[in-house]
Amino acid sequence: MSILVDKNTRVICQGFTGKQGSFHSEQAIAYGTRMVGGVTPGKGGQMHLDLPVFNTVRDAVRDTGAQATMIYVPAAFAADSILEAADAGIEVIVCITEGIPVLDMLQVKTALNVKAALRANGAKLIGPNCPGIITSGECKIGIMPGRIHQKGKIGIVSRSGTLTYEAVHQTTQLGLGQSTCVGIGGDPIKGMDFIDCLERFEADPQTEAVIMVGEIGGTREEEAAEFIRSNMKKPVAAYIAGRTAPKGKRMGHAGAIIAGGSGTADAKIRALETAGVVVAQSPAQLGEAVQLAMGAR
Amino acid sequence: MNLHEYQAKQILRSANINTPRGQVADSADGAVAAAQELGGDAWVVKAQIHAGGRGKAGGVKVVKSLDAVRDMAAALLGKPLVTIQNAPDGQPVNRILVEETLAIARELYLSFLVDRETERVAIVASAAGGMEIEEVAHATPDKVLKEWCDPLLGVQDFQCRALAFALGLTGDAYKDFCKLLPALYRVFVNSDLSLLEINPLVVTADNHVLPLDCKMSVDDNALYRRKALAECMDMGQIDAKEAAAHAANVNYVALAGNIGCMVNGAGLAMATMDLIQLKGGMPANFLDVGGGATPETVAQGFKIILLDPNVKAVLINIFGGIVRCDVIAEGIIQAVKEVGVQVPVVVRLEGTNADEGRTLLAQSGLAILAAESLTQAAELAVEKAQ
Repeated sequence: MSILVDKNTRVICQGFTGKQGSFHSEQAIAYGTRMVGGVTPGKGGQMHLDLPVFNTVRDAVRDTGAQATMIYVPAAFAADSILEAADAGIEVIVCITEGIPVLDMLQVKTALNVKAALRANGAKLIGPNCPGIITSGECKIGIMPGRIHQKGKIGIVSRSGTLTYEAVHQTTQLGLGQSTCVGIGGDPIKGMDFIDCLERFEADPQTEAVIMVGEIGGTREEEAAEFIRSNMKKPVAAYIAGRTAPKGKRMGHAGAIIAGGSGTADAKIRALETAGVVVAQSPAQLGEAVQLAMGAR
Repeated sequence: MNLHEYQAKQILRSANINTPRGQVADSADGAVAAAQELGGDAWVVKAQIHAGGRGKAGGVKVVKSLDAVRDMAAALLGKPLVTIQNAPDGQPVNRILVEETLAIARELYLSFLVDRETERVAIVASAAGGMEIEEVAHATPDKVLKEWCDPLLGVQDFQCRALAFALGLTGDAYKDFCKLLPALYRVFVNSDLSLLEINPLVVTADNHVLPLDCKMSVDDNALYRRKALAECMDMGQIDAKEAAAHAANVNYVALAGNIGCMVNGAGLAMATMDLIQLKGGMPANFLDVGGGATPETVAQGFKIILLDPNVKAVLINIFGGIVRCDVIAEGIIQAVKEVGVQVPVVVRLEGTNADEGRTLLAQSGLAILAAESLTQAAELAVEKAQ
């Protein structure tokens, strides 16, 4: 088991024939992901990487039964690509693209929420501005390096790409391995958040413990802490980046900013510790922290 | 990206929103000419910088003669203005806004911003204008009024009325305010703003409402479709190192310490800064060369870090994912030679081909210290910077 995607998930790529789309589709195929085609408007009917290219996501879903998509289209067109995928009935939409205007994302989120309210099984969005999702040894949808992953028992959810790789690397080194790793992305307005992943990890039999990696900005880590305290039995370890970040400065990610004294690392760490989460002091101790959390139960 | 007050007010005027009459000038003579053209016998002279707290710092004054306009403009122009928000360095005053004076009855606060918690544009208003809204929110949270706009519908009339009543507006001021909010919302959306703040929004003695000050921040991600706004960028208001980084398309934030950092990924970059502090050092900067670091971005990173004379050591932390560590190591070696780095450089490489990368660094003959682990790298950098 795993969460959201596995070896049976049929995956397409939007922006399939572009440089990024081609490269990461090749990598996904090499990893064993069940890629079934891709979409590039105007190139429908062609073959690319031995897979069919479609003009629209609707066509791709009709002909391949695609359930998940990875989006590599430029920022100016990415919001539209997300909505196209949702309209076509794609279940898991992974948007890697960085730099989507925030007002576009407000509209996308509103539209997706309306759809979810109307349909029992609404589309789930991961990202944007994220590394993607990977179920170790089964399905890689994103830009993460596949070879550092190892099938195992730790679920990982993170706002940062390279910090996710640190968590993966350390859990692999310790022989714990990973079930599924979800990079939820660094934007202020995004799809799935910590709680959406935590509740799935709690329900997933393969996952025995969870590492969550947060950073400054917003209050979703605090909400996650409350969720962990009241709803989770599995051990959770965490790391929060940005203790030394100055107020009012955007630290790379659009969402990583301490605004009006809210969203500090210390407030998040306090909330998580109060909820019984083992919070690593250093990014080098993510693996040890989750081991400690597992031993503590 | 921030706009100057005079630029923000031009945007308001082009959206048919009433603002105080005013003109911008870049010389003392120009300021006098602006005052003459505006007429009257008193003017407000306002220094144009990207920071608040100008009034208390002497950057905004009411003057009552053309000579005083000239003196004030001459005193401000070409020098940095240091306020509570931009201390200690301040920001250069290259333009002055000269405006008519108004008879003010009340000062209110009004802003529009993207609220990440509700995923909507929030309108924040308060009867306590002219003060920092964070202070008002902290001391008297009940005095801060909020409404949230549906992204598909925009601000609704009932929301305007609710705020107007709560602010105690009546007559013309009530009508002005209920027209102003939808107009400001349209400006917010049509300019892709992330913040539009009017502090104060004044009620004049004849009971009309208009913005006395205006601050706008544009969503950087939307600049590609707001070309006219992108041209309003004033690089002089930004730290020189941050401006250089901006030009090189690298994420950089200057900090007060002495250990320069170069990291791939924003989260790992922050974590590296935190680790340096945990080990007793102080980071000189935040620098994210991007998830897909290349030899070119590494060289750019070095150049920007070394613009800071406080830097006594450089810590490079790269987790090679798609990018191989041996490629990054070659980039580091090439950059150290090319840029002529004089300070100790500590490198931590992990991930794909990390061993090959470390070997290359060790054999380079350069003063590059290859660390075995992240923790050791931070400790080494702290030691070398002392």
